[in-house]
Amino acid sequence: MNRRTRLIVLLLAVALLGTVGTAAVLRAAGRSADRDRQQADGPPVRPGTVALHPSGARQLLVRNLAWGPHRDEITAVPAAHPGAARTASGLTCLRFHAAAGTGICLQAERGALTDTYRALVLDARLRVRHRFPAPGIPTRARVSPSGRTVAWTVFVSGDSYAGTAFSTRTAIADTRTWALDDNLEDYAVTKDGRPYHASDVNVWGVTFADDTRFYATLATGGRTYLVRGDRTARTLTTLHGNVECPSLSPDGTRVAYKKRVPGASPDAPWRLYVLDLATGRETATAEHRSIDDQALWSGTRTLLYALPGDYGSDLWTVPADGSGTARRLMTSAVAPAYTG
Amino acid sequence: MYLADSRGGPPARTAAPDRTGPGRRPAVPGTVLALGAVSLITDVSAEMITAVLPLYVVTALGLSPLGFGLLDGLNNGVGALVRLAGGHLADRGGRRHKVVAGLGYGLSAVCKPLLLVAHGLPAIGAVLAADRAGKGLRTAPRDAMISLATRPEHRGRAFGVHRAMDTAGALLGPLAAFAVLRIAADGYDAVFTVSGCVAVLGVLVLVLFVPARTPGTAPAPGTAARPTLRTSLALLRRPPLRRLTLCAALLGLTTVSDSFLYLLLQRGLGVPAGLFPLLPLGTAAVFLLLAVPLGALADRAGRRRLFLAGHAALLLAYGLVLAPLRGLPAVLGVLVLHGAFYAATDGVLAAATAGVVPPEQQGAGQALVGTGQALARFVCSLAFGAAWSLWDGRTALAVAAAALAAAALTATRLLRTGHPHREGTR
Repeated sequence: MNRRTRLIVLLLAVALLGTVGTAAVLRAAGRSADRDRQQADGPPVRPGTVALHPSGARQLLVRNLAWGPHRDEITAVPAAHPGAARTASGLTCLRFHAAAGTGICLQAERGALTDTYRALVLDARLRVRHRFPAPGIPTRARVSPSGRTVAWTVFVSGDSYAGTAFSTRTAIADTRTWALDDNLEDYAVTKDGRPYHASDVNVWGVTFADDTRFYATLATGGRTYLVRGDRTARTLTTLHGNVECPSLSPDGTRVAYKKRVPGASPDAPWRLYVLDLATGRETATAEHRSIDDQALWSGTRTLLYALPGDYGSDLWTVPADGSGTARRLMTSAVAPAYTG
Repeated sequence: MYLADSRGGPPARTAAPDRTGPGRRPAVPGTVLALGAVSLITDVSAEMITAVLPLYVVTALGLSPLGFGLLDGLNNGVGALVRLAGGHLADRGGRRHKVVAGLGYGLSAVCKPLLLVAHGLPAIGAVLAADRAGKGLRTAPRDAMISLATRPEHRGRAFGVHRAMDTAGALLGPLAAFAVLRIAADGYDAVFTVSGCVAVLGVLVLVLFVPARTPGTAPAPGTAARPTLRTSLALLRRPPLRRLTLCAALLGLTTVSDSFLYLLLQRGLGVPAGLFPLLPLGTAAVFLLLAVPLGALADRAGRRRLFLAGHAALLLAYGLVLAPLRGLPAVLGVLVLHGAFYAATDGVLAAATAGVVPPEQQGAGQALVGTGQALARFVCSLAFGAAWSLWDGRTALAVAAAALAAAALTATRLLRTGHPHREGTR
């Protein structure tokens, strides 16, 4: 082949490959546009005012995943009627939690070149009180029961020594002083009664006992642990093995969590368990599918969690004591939080 | 000059240059530019995937990516073996570098559309492993082709140009991926498809514009043209190559991986968490800017000398991280030194290797030195992680710095004793 022929072949290939690439992008763009149109069989969603101190009945706030103009917005439904029409707040969040009039919203921000992420601390009317930059993809968010302290976890990549490994970053912020601990891995770790250092320590999934004490997951050496954390002393202490994404019950006696069970597929390795903190007794819930969520307590007896659904995920509920059966509470929703 | 690249001195015969025509011969031959273009295009394709994969796994598949790193140890071992095999196979049958490199680029290209159908972590892990095997297969034949196409006195610059083009692709890839996601929100399948198309284009540029054999370098008929596995391994009996491999491995054992360095940089110098993702971009940008000038400098001042100077820059970077400094200037200082380390060592080592290996065994020679360095770095990562657990990160880095200084001194002695000949390049 002479130079001219080779150039012609190259140009033809560029044209062909360019067409294939463009077609793929346009098809994906069309599909993405579909998601902005309301589905006839989806739950009704109307714009309105959402507040964290509702005057009336208790509300359930979720990130709405139903297709339409309010997709990804924080929406509210009466806690007693989760299937009722959703009131959309106009605030878009990837992850959300709220307690006692304080909200935390983890949000993607479109930059000129790439997306960046941030954590927004919200007041009771969902107005932004403070912004913190977040260094990766949001995964967990929690507010302490009094509303004073907030925590969030993101995934970061390219942080470990071998390329495709991922790790987490968990931060805790004080909403009065705006003091920020932007990486809980800096806390002093006590594992099995001894001081512990390791480069592969990851911390995620904070759940608060009060404004300074909390529980979280610590992973190192291929194992996970429930840790008790103290924001004042800057310490993490391991309590129990094989615990991920703990969620403390409102009475502070139990932790709902993801447990890796033997024999499960590597894509679906977890089951939802409840740990009694005083006795160390583990109870399997009646949810037999693998869950990958930080469960939420709706009162002292019932758990709420997300499972994959037709439009991303649905919210399910199951008794915390191992009885009963799992049932679907809401379709097309994720990241729940109760007000009041 | 004792830190010499042997030319004409026994036992290595130097490879003949690319004959681009009678009269003036460019310092950077067309073959190198074509291979640089292939690498640039391929890196755009590969980094498009790397940039969106965490987002895809977490947001689109709803999986937790924390178990992903487990496969990496295995991948590194397999990658090293594949790299050796690639270098060896490329030398067989009168140098089929282009064919083996093409297979490597092709394998990686095929992996891109496979991501469209891989929906679990094990399947994605398998595709990534195959992709990496393709990378392992093509690396040594590609570097052999660059060596064979370039006149010995210009190899530093030629490898510098190649590495700069490669890094440019790596910086452009994420931008391309996010441009696709801008047009099509959550369009990860579109990112994979476009990445596949780009990868095919890279293979095509290789097929069309990289000559199958470098003129003037084919061994005379009748001579042993098919290096066997034994002769490939026997390369290590050549003192200059053995010394170079030993030095590369020794220094590799004390080269703390980027991610550990960034982690310590963030904690020690107080980089805000939000700026953390930008640290690798800083290193890459400096690498891109310095690869060509430092490669050219290596041609004049001696490749081994620059290779050692690069490690001195790395040692300074460790020192800056350990120093009681905080703030942006110190961070920028570390990134500049770190980027300079790559620019002074990555292509330069390949150029130095080319000088001590006979032309018909360039593939195997590049593979031996490159694999020795890569395996040593992996061992360093494991040891560094263990040291971090035993003491803490900063102490581990201080120990690594002391070890790097000792390794650099040893390497200087080794390379000095090995070279009685004056450097002939000018």
